[in-house]
Amino acid sequence: MNQPVTAPMLNVERLNAWYGAAQILYDLSFSVGRGEVVALMGRNGAGKSTTMKSIMGLIAQRGGLVQFNDRDISRLQPFEIARLGLGFTPEDRRIFVDLTVEENLDIGRQPPRHFPDGAPAPVWTPQRLYALFPNLAEMPKRAGGSMSGGEQQMLTVARTLMGNPLLVLLDEPSEGVAPLIVEQMAQTIIELKKEGLSILLSEQNVHFARLVSDRVYMLEKGQLRWQGTMAELDANEDIQRAYLTV
Amino acid sequence: MTLNAFLFQALNGLSTASGLFLIAAGLSLIFGVSRIVNIAHGSLYMLGTYIAYTFATRIGGVTGFWGGIVATAIIVGIIGAAIEFVLLRRIYRAPELFQLLATFALVLVINDSALYLWGPEDLLGPRAPGLRDAIEVLGRRLPSYDLFLIFVGPAVLLVLHVVITKTRFGRLIRAATQDREMVGALGVNQAMLFTAVFALGSLLAGLGGALQIAREPANLATDLIAIGDAFVVVVVGGMGSISGAYLAAVLIAEVKALCIGLGVVDFGLMKINFTKFTLVAEFIVMAVVLIVRPYGLLGRPQGAVRSIAEAEEPIRPANVFVKALGIVVFAALLALPLFANYSPYLLVLGIDVLIAVLFAASLHFIMGPGGMHSFGHAAYFGLGAYGAALLVKWMAAPMGLALAFAPLAAFAGALLFGWFAVRLSGVYLAMLTLAFAQIIWAAVYQWEPITGGSNGVVGVWPPAPFNKATVYFLLALALTVPGVLLLRRLLFSPFGYAMRAGRDSPLRAEAIGIDVKRVHWLAFAIAGGICGIAGGLFAFAKGSISPETIHVGRSIDGLVMVLLGGLQTLTGPIVGASVFAVLQDTIMRSTVYWRALLGLVILFLVLIFPSGIVGTLVNLTRRIRLRRKAAT
Repeated sequence: MNQPVTAPMLNVERLNAWYGAAQILYDLSFSVGRGEVVALMGRNGAGKSTTMKSIMGLIAQRGGLVQFNDRDISRLQPFEIARLGLGFTPEDRRIFVDLTVEENLDIGRQPPRHFPDGAPAPVWTPQRLYALFPNLAEMPKRAGGSMSGGEQQMLTVARTLMGNPLLVLLDEPSEGVAPLIVEQMAQTIIELKKEGLSILLSEQNVHFARLVSDRVYMLEKGQLRWQGTMAELDANEDIQRAYLTV
Repeated sequence: MTLNAFLFQALNGLSTASGLFLIAAGLSLIFGVSRIVNIAHGSLYMLGTYIAYTFATRIGGVTGFWGGIVATAIIVGIIGAAIEFVLLRRIYRAPELFQLLATFALVLVINDSALYLWGPEDLLGPRAPGLRDAIEVLGRRLPSYDLFLIFVGPAVLLVLHVVITKTRFGRLIRAATQDREMVGALGVNQAMLFTAVFALGSLLAGLGGALQIAREPANLATDLIAIGDAFVVVVVGGMGSISGAYLAAVLIAEVKALCIGLGVVDFGLMKINFTKFTLVAEFIVMAVVLIVRPYGLLGRPQGAVRSIAEAEEPIRPANVFVKALGIVVFAALLALPLFANYSPYLLVLGIDVLIAVLFAASLHFIMGPGGMHSFGHAAYFGLGAYGAALLVKWMAAPMGLALAFAPLAAFAGALLFGWFAVRLSGVYLAMLTLAFAQIIWAAVYQWEPITGGSNGVVGVWPPAPFNKATVYFLLALALTVPGVLLLRRLLFSPFGYAMRAGRDSPLRAEAIGIDVKRVHWLAFAIAGGICGIAGGLFAFAKGSISPETIHVGRSIDGLVMVLLGGLQTLTGPIVGASVFAVLQDTIMRSTVYWRALLGLVILFLVLIFPSGIVGTLVNLTRRIRLRRKAAT
């Protein structure tokens, strides 16, 4: 069965979301275990980003249960959710363009935290992040607005890590960046997993997802259509054709 | 005029600029982070003058004056934080204009509180201990306090600059100015940040007010004057730019000083008294700057505000129920004259309500479906009213002709101003429309030989049989109903669709071949024309028209009416205008503190009905219907 190996860290049950009168998500249920990388896949408009925003409390009209470390977070404000150790990197990056790289990182800064079992979560400092993203180390004083798309993508991930999260919602990290950066991103995700972080990744590129993910949930039109391990998806070309191929 | 005299005026201008800057900087900071246009900011400034006066006179001496200024700034900062905490944080998700309404209600409440606490007289503070003398500058005597003020502005600018660029608080302010939702998603408590920014902005306003007591008396009219000046400075400098605010403050103060310095200049053909331009100088500067640099001197285009407010519902044609209700209301209004014998006042009130409805409906037309938030709708009311009244006064035109001319005059004016206005959006558009309205007002006020100046035009009475309230009421009804229906009809025509498309998505609308600017321009002019009818009706209903009746207060009344009813419903402006006109006519007669009472009523409505009266009713019926559906 497609269940996380460890106890679920993030548990979503019957998640619904609307934009105005239009319903976007229909009864989504899924979970992410500790230390797992789970991919939320589907074509453009399938509801991947809306799912992430709903978890983060950024969609006003949402219903259903969202639990993080057994705590109901479905009524919390975004900053409260972030302070529980849930990090979010939006697909459109949302770098503060007037702020420098350093300053962007500083906005994300939060105190160190622990996993529920008392184990310390990885602690990130600008120095550690510069080691992880050498490109950023070259431009600490550069304004966010004058960086390339790939650099911005690294910065948005680094900024979220400054909050020392336990689980990161990573929305389309491979979108619109050069192939070299995509490879680097995949490497980063693997590193983060090694550090013990859990990641919920939204992705439509199966080649990228294959490099990093343990399990997959497939969305279409706001509904969960298929779930399984990455290996199962890899072997199943019908599913790939039905829900991913353009 | 000598060069020295010019330079002396320029120095004077610099000390005025410091005061302007202090109040504008706070407003700009608050707007940048919270996107709330805090109209009550001028009231905080005014409170600063009164509180500092109290310290300076009760305690007196050096401690009372200088210590009082510091204490005042802190107290006003705390008041600002309290306002944010108690009121504003409840309405961050409300439409931007609703927040405006709430802060305007605060203006009313604070003004009457000051009236209650300090009385109606102007209060002149003592001169500053240690800076009482004057020094010789350029052959004239400059008060040393003015010299001190000249340095206050740049000093505060420097401190703010350091805070904003070097501290985490400053970084958070800058980040939140761009994308406050993302700041929240990174774990920053926006509510705390907003309260802190409000406290800082209010502190600056309080400081600005407190520093003025040695120059000018504390006065109850200061609040609206200060907020008007601050808006102009912030918009000219660029919203959210602190350095821009200082630059704009200097520019405006210097232009004013120049006008005073020039005095009366003989151009041979005509003499122009430049001192008269001081009333409009800042608005002319603003209009010019906005036309040349739409986002102000150092401003940048505002990013779209990312908020989690619900998307707007499309407007719908009237259903059977609304149509039936409309017919019933219309029949009731037709029958109103029958009850005139019981209460003759009823018809006067009825006429006021009808004029208000037409005024509000025309404003709603461009604000709601058009998305153009005009802060100067009084201009077209005034053009209509003065157009009709002046035609009667100078050409002895009959009422019919005058009433027909009113919308034409307003249409022409709106056509001219609208051409500039539709090139801007958001707060900038609001401010430009305000500038145009102020220019119209000042022209009327200053052009005494034609318009009668502050006395206005009197003796504009309707001829028989319209001199009877009954008949005039029916005339007003006969003009208001078709006017409102016409606006409504337009919204469901291809023109109306194009206008709404242009509001919701200008780029996509243009991509499918809609000339958005032209559509909005025409809509602006049509709304102006309809508003002109209301102005014409007003002139004949009152028998007179004065600059006072077309001042910024009327524009704000219009906004209140529209928002009270609900911006995104078509019956909203009608209900809002009726409620407002009745409230105003009844509350005003019952207490000296009517402003505070009106303000509290507005606050109550804002907090209880955040989508307006009609919007709330619509939501309520929808919820009931959904529940029924769920039950079956």
